[in-house]
Amino acid sequence: MFDIQTQLFESQDLHLGPIDHEKDAEIESKWTHDSDFMRMMETTPARPMSAAMIKKQYEKLEKQVEEEKNLFHFMIRARADDRLIGKAAIQWIEWTNGNGWIRLGIGAAEDRRKGYGTQVLRMLLRFAFAELNLFRVTAIVPEYNEAAIALLQKFGFAQEVCRRKSLERDGRRWDLYVFGLLNDEWRMSATKTQVQEER
Amino acid sequence: MNDLFRGELVRFALEEPETYARAEVRWQRDSEFHRLADGDPARLHSEKAIKEWFAKRTEDTAPERYAFSVRTLAEDKLIGFLGMWVDLIHSEAWVGLGIGEREFWSKGYGTDMMKLCLQYAFTELCMERVSLGVHEYNPRALRSYEKCGFRLEGRTRQDVLREGKRYDSLWMGILREEWLEMQNGDRT
Repeated sequence: MFDIQTQLFESQDLHLGPIDHEKDAEIESKWTHDSDFMRMMETTPARPMSAAMIKKQYEKLEKQVEEEKNLFHFMIRARADDRLIGKAAIQWIEWTNGNGWIRLGIGAAEDRRKGYGTQVLRMLLRFAFAELNLFRVTAIVPEYNEAAIALLQKFGFAQEVCRRKSLERDGRRWDLYVFGLLNDEWRMSATKTQVQEER
Repeated sequence: MNDLFRGELVRFALEEPETYARAEVRWQRDSEFHRLADGDPARLHSEKAIKEWFAKRTEDTAPERYAFSVRTLAEDKLIGFLGMWVDLIHSEAWVGLGIGEREFWSKGYGTDMMKLCLQYAFTELCMERVSLGVHEYNPRALRSYEKCGFRLEGRTRQDVLREGKRYDSLWMGILREEWLEMQNGDRT
């Protein structure tokens, strides 16, 4: 289905790339001022962050990538003009067990609901399964993140665990769902999608 | 008030780094022990490295991290450890425990440790929920946790590879109201 020549880091409208230490922090700082975005991405308390703080985080992140060897981090950009659109990662990889955790986020509200999540997840899964050769990937989502749940289900993820009442937000407790996808399952559904697209 | 550190068979304590390192350096030779307790590859550390790691870890008294060593009440023998990672924002604690001394397996010591841990988590740390993960190939631990009131909340399929075979990880949780209900049941 895919071959060595098929680009790993490019989709129809987007590409995955490294951090731009000059430009990205200012844009990401804007995203952190949107509490909706922060609550979809993180279970830690949402807080606005300055570009200076984000720059520090980038340095820490790159050090971690270098030292711990179990993290791959990507910036999501528009193919047309390199504009920063979001970020994605495969993290907590256990090489002996062949598993890892994925996460992704589209930063600005106007870039959501455009199918970018689908393009990013397709690239991310191919990277996890056909480049890192992982056996399975896991994603964790709060029950209120309906867009993320729909996206994972579209790619064939199974809901494997319901961690009852694990989060407290807006004065009530919410479940956390753990979703998993195996390499075999991905391979079958990726072939099916490609056949559909070729028709 | 309840004694937070004494159960029916064991008590929570904290060893001096030398004492703990001497025990751990023996326990780590038991690869079955490691494989039951952890998903990482089994490793062998020097006594010096364990001592330094333990000293550093126990110096850290941040409210997110609790580590106890476990001693028997009968012989005052160091048999294992129990640790908690606490999310103070969402009032959730993750717990992990191990019994390094094999002759204390399958005799109710693990269950007693976990009951003591739940009492600590719900009455001292004021948690809303306690969580844990356990390997599918460790049914003894699963039964013990069920006895303590944990419910199975799902399994991540085939995420551990050992001896060429894939195993699920099982994920369990107990809510504050469930634990409180069990305590009232015990009294009546």
